[in-house]
Amino acid sequence: MIVDINFVGLIIASIMASAVPLILASCGELITERSGVLNLGVEGMMIIGAISGFALMTVTGSLIIAVFGAMLAGVLISTIFAFLTQTLITNHVATGLALTIFGIGISAMIGKNFVGIPGKEFPVLFEGLKDTIPLLSPILFGHSIVFYFAFALPFITSYFLKKTKIGLIVRAVGDSPESASNQGINVRFVRYACILYGGAMCGLAGAYLSMIYTPQWIENMTGGRGWIALALVVFSTWNPIKILIGAMIFGGLTIIQFHMQAIGVRIPVQFLTALPYIVTIIVLVVISRDSRKIRLSTPSSLGKSFHKDN
Amino acid sequence: MIKIVKRDQPSKAIFFFTPVLAIFLTLIAGGIIFFILGFKPIEALKFFFIVPIADKYGFSELLLKATPLCLIAIGLSFCFKSNNWNIGAEGQLTFGAIVSGGVALLFYDQEGFYILPIVILAGAIGGMIYASIPAILKTYFNTNEILVSLMLVYVSKLILDYLVVGPWSNPEGFNFPETRQFSDSARLPLLFEGLRIHAGIFLALAAVVISWFVFYKTYLGFQMKVSGFSLKTAKYAGYKGKKMIILVFLISGACAGLAGVGEITGPIGQLHREVSPDYGFTAIIVAFLGRLHPVGIIFASLVVAITYLGAETAQIFMQIPKYTGQVFQGMILFFLLASDYLLFFKFKFIGSKK
Repeated sequence: MIVDINFVGLIIASIMASAVPLILASCGELITERSGVLNLGVEGMMIIGAISGFALMTVTGSLIIAVFGAMLAGVLISTIFAFLTQTLITNHVATGLALTIFGIGISAMIGKNFVGIPGKEFPVLFEGLKDTIPLLSPILFGHSIVFYFAFALPFITSYFLKKTKIGLIVRAVGDSPESASNQGINVRFVRYACILYGGAMCGLAGAYLSMIYTPQWIENMTGGRGWIALALVVFSTWNPIKILIGAMIFGGLTIIQFHMQAIGVRIPVQFLTALPYIVTIIVLVVISRDSRKIRLSTPSSLGKSFHKDN
Repeated sequence: MIKIVKRDQPSKAIFFFTPVLAIFLTLIAGGIIFFILGFKPIEALKFFFIVPIADKYGFSELLLKATPLCLIAIGLSFCFKSNNWNIGAEGQLTFGAIVSGGVALLFYDQEGFYILPIVILAGAIGGMIYASIPAILKTYFNTNEILVSLMLVYVSKLILDYLVVGPWSNPEGFNFPETRQFSDSARLPLLFEGLRIHAGIFLALAAVVISWFVFYKTYLGFQMKVSGFSLKTAKYAGYKGKKMIILVFLISGACAGLAGVGEITGPIGQLHREVSPDYGFTAIIVAFLGRLHPVGIIFASLVVAITYLGAETAQIFMQIPKYTGQVFQGMILFFLLASDYLLFFKFKFIGSKK
């Protein structure tokens, strides 16, 4: 069998494309968690972003408004979470679950009128270079701007956390809110900002699904990607670069389904669809087994409320 | 001027008052949403919350929906009280339904009094097996139970889908994604002629009584509560943490599995693709709204069950999308969590008189 080298490139590119929403959402959630907040509403924020992006694109016809609108929608919905957990000091887990249930409901409600409408073509960059280098061209060129942004994001996030002062503040707030507060850092403000940033990235991840990847609105179209993104953060042991690796693995599992079916491998389709979820569990087990390592890399105050008595 | 002051102790009266407040606030917010969507708020709320239960049939439907919610929420209250976040009850329900459905199919052409108890037991065991996965992974491999139990929900639905489309599909069913009809002996009996409410409600009531007894009358219940408040204290007191984690997961898995049995052996009488309209997730809200208290959960399951019926009625009569049910459920939980603020803090009015 002769394998066309460009075909391999195309497969890798499609794996990368399906990794994009995971990278975006995970990197957003990673910042939120680094500040000590566990937001389980990723799935809800993503689906809100997906419908907002698609609806704005259909109504206004502007892709720019749609993309930024989806991010804004993510910010708005995560504001509910921020207000509840930071100002009213509610339980992070329960609030995040409520956010997901609420988000799925609202998105389906808004999306009722957008089912079956075809999406618009999203412009791609460097299309002219598509045939220049074998293997690498399909990987490097001809993708949307969101695609390039997603693959830069882990590096930006890593730089932000390690090298910038604000990144240091975020980590300090997550690791020891008491001492950060004593240093004069407004813990609540930092956490608010990190939650809203996470919301924006999840909104963008959702918009990528409904506007670029699929591209159309399907109810519940995130299909658990938000939860996989949450698992990826644990997988990465809160290290943005490792998110990239994890997201590629899961992207690969998603793409493998299509190709297995195409080759005619006789495995029930349901088993292939279940594979990403099963692998998530296995990966979580392998990563978490070493409880000491997990404890060392987990932000110490993750999921714990902080209230400064005044 | 108003000042917010921390209470010395959480207020008990407010503990039971806030759920009522949360429901009230949800109604107001719901009215606003209906208004934005272009419906008359009062009329829409009437269709949502009153019309569906105005007659005998509606009331039976209410109990039919409240039964699985109550049953699962009771099970979850064991987990949540002891600080275990089992959010995969939907998967445990589905797997319970698969196992009990499989057993019921073995007896599809037989009659006999012994069949139903076996089918019910199989469902409980199925739920327990499925719940034991996150429990064991949490206790022995330190794995986050939230993510594992949730991932398993997707897996269970795919297993079900595979079975009803493939090996278990009805050979005379023209390729519909459903199994054979169970024999009458494998069905939970209906309680009234012409109504769909079935004997599953007794399973839920039994769960309520048993859980009340365990929580408030046994040492085990006390241990659970202590671990819920502080894991350190529980460890210091020498409680067997690992065993308890597994136990509470098994209990909640059994309850969810039983709810699955009720869904398939009650009105439907066969396995098909969608055994549950997300009861397992909604029950999380029910458990919180009922304050993890057995009696509270009964009331909460009735209230939340209305959102299911209301969503259907509102869709038929007013073309309001049926997802409004979920929106209401999310809002109830938001408002409930928000009003918990009153538990720990109070507003102090500082007189303007000097």
